[in-house]
Amino acid sequence: MDIKINLADGVPLYRQIVNQVRYMVASGVLEAGEELPPIRTLALQLKVTPNTIVKAYGELEAAGVVRKRHGSGTFVSDAGPSRLATRERRRIIEERIDALLAEARHLGISLDELFKSIQRRHALLAENTPADKASGEE
Amino acid sequence: MTNVVEVQGLSRQFGTTKALDAVDFRATEGLVHGLVGVNGAGKTTLIKHLLGLLRPTSGTVRVLGLDPVRDPVNVLRRVGYLSEQREMPEWMRIDELLRYTQAYYPSWDMRYARELLDTFGLDAKKKVGGLSQGMRAQTGLVLAVAHRPQVLILDEPSSGLDAVVRQDILDAIVRTVADEGRTVIFSSHLLDEVERMSDRVTMIHQGKIALDGMRDDVCGAHHVTQLRFAERLDRLPPLDGVLTASGGARSWSVVHAGPVERLRDAAGSVGGEISESRNATLEEIFVARVGRGAPRAEAA
Repeated sequence: MDIKINLADGVPLYRQIVNQVRYMVASGVLEAGEELPPIRTLALQLKVTPNTIVKAYGELEAAGVVRKRHGSGTFVSDAGPSRLATRERRRIIEERIDALLAEARHLGISLDELFKSIQRRHALLAENTPADKASGEE
Repeated sequence: MTNVVEVQGLSRQFGTTKALDAVDFRATEGLVHGLVGVNGAGKTTLIKHLLGLLRPTSGTVRVLGLDPVRDPVNVLRRVGYLSEQREMPEWMRIDELLRYTQAYYPSWDMRYARELLDTFGLDAKKKVGGLSQGMRAQTGLVLAVAHRPQVLILDEPSSGLDAVVRQDILDAIVRTVADEGRTVIFSSHLLDEVERMSDRVTMIHQGKIALDGMRDDVCGAHHVTQLRFAERLDRLPPLDGVLTASGGARSWSVVHAGPVERLRDAAGSVGGEISESRNATLEEIFVARVGRGAPRAEAA
């Protein structure tokens, strides 16, 4: 599992792991039923304490993203993979929206201006995207 | 959870110097404990008390329920120790050193020791005197863990080592705590290493505990926050919880303890508002608490 720990973020290490696993589930990199690495293995890989992984897996389990099976390991929840992914996708994009709204407030940009700005950027990006890809969006 | 180490009101005086001053410290079973502090802060002195190498001027030290000064044999049998100096008999070969050390430890696991030598690529026939810094540290590490100690104590294990050997040491820490019930205490001046590799962090400054708590709580209780002011300020007025400040005029960056809301209120009363805030890293907390220009160390 490709997880990157960044100390400079000021985000607790267990939360960095939680966020990246959630992202991998949302984007389909991790599929329903797939097994996550054992605690010791991931701790050795990331150079963090095993308790940090325990905390991360615990949080993922509480959120319904993974499920622990007795005596075996930790697996991506298979309670409807598409539903889980949809929920995660929405959660991730809403986090970004919150940050955008906070920034806009600081810069004194109204919600109306922000909407227009998003549409303008979208149009600009669509123009620069090859036609075959853009048509797939319709 | 059980405390495997319990230190209460420990003071130690060398001549007129107070090396440790009323130190309380505990280590909890199954956790990795990071000790941080500038050189001479008292980390090594504290560790030497845990091993019974120093007698307290006052206060009590218990390791696995025992007094290490009165019962060194039963404490040291269950503790693994790697010192910064890594002192070993120069004339012995590694395999001789392993057999020699084995004699002191009923729980010695020679297969595990050989396995580690293999992992590190160490030749058991080599003399200690001919080993490089890194190889000495690896050998010292094997000696510290081969009896499967209940408590592993490492004093500045990374000092003077390259990245590869540092990884070996971090791996040994993970393997030790991943085996149920084992506990690690390590001191380091590499704050990023401690932030990654500790469940609990203790900061020692001038012989006193400056900060002590679970890593996530310690980091979560300190923030780096950007403040913007309506007016230009020559200097930042004192704000509740602020440890250090940098910047100037209308924008300032502060490291502060306590909730962001408290700073928001304090800043608001002098015409400032928060533009950005995040948790502080251990290094930022360290510099703010014990660096130059930091306020006097306080028990927290």
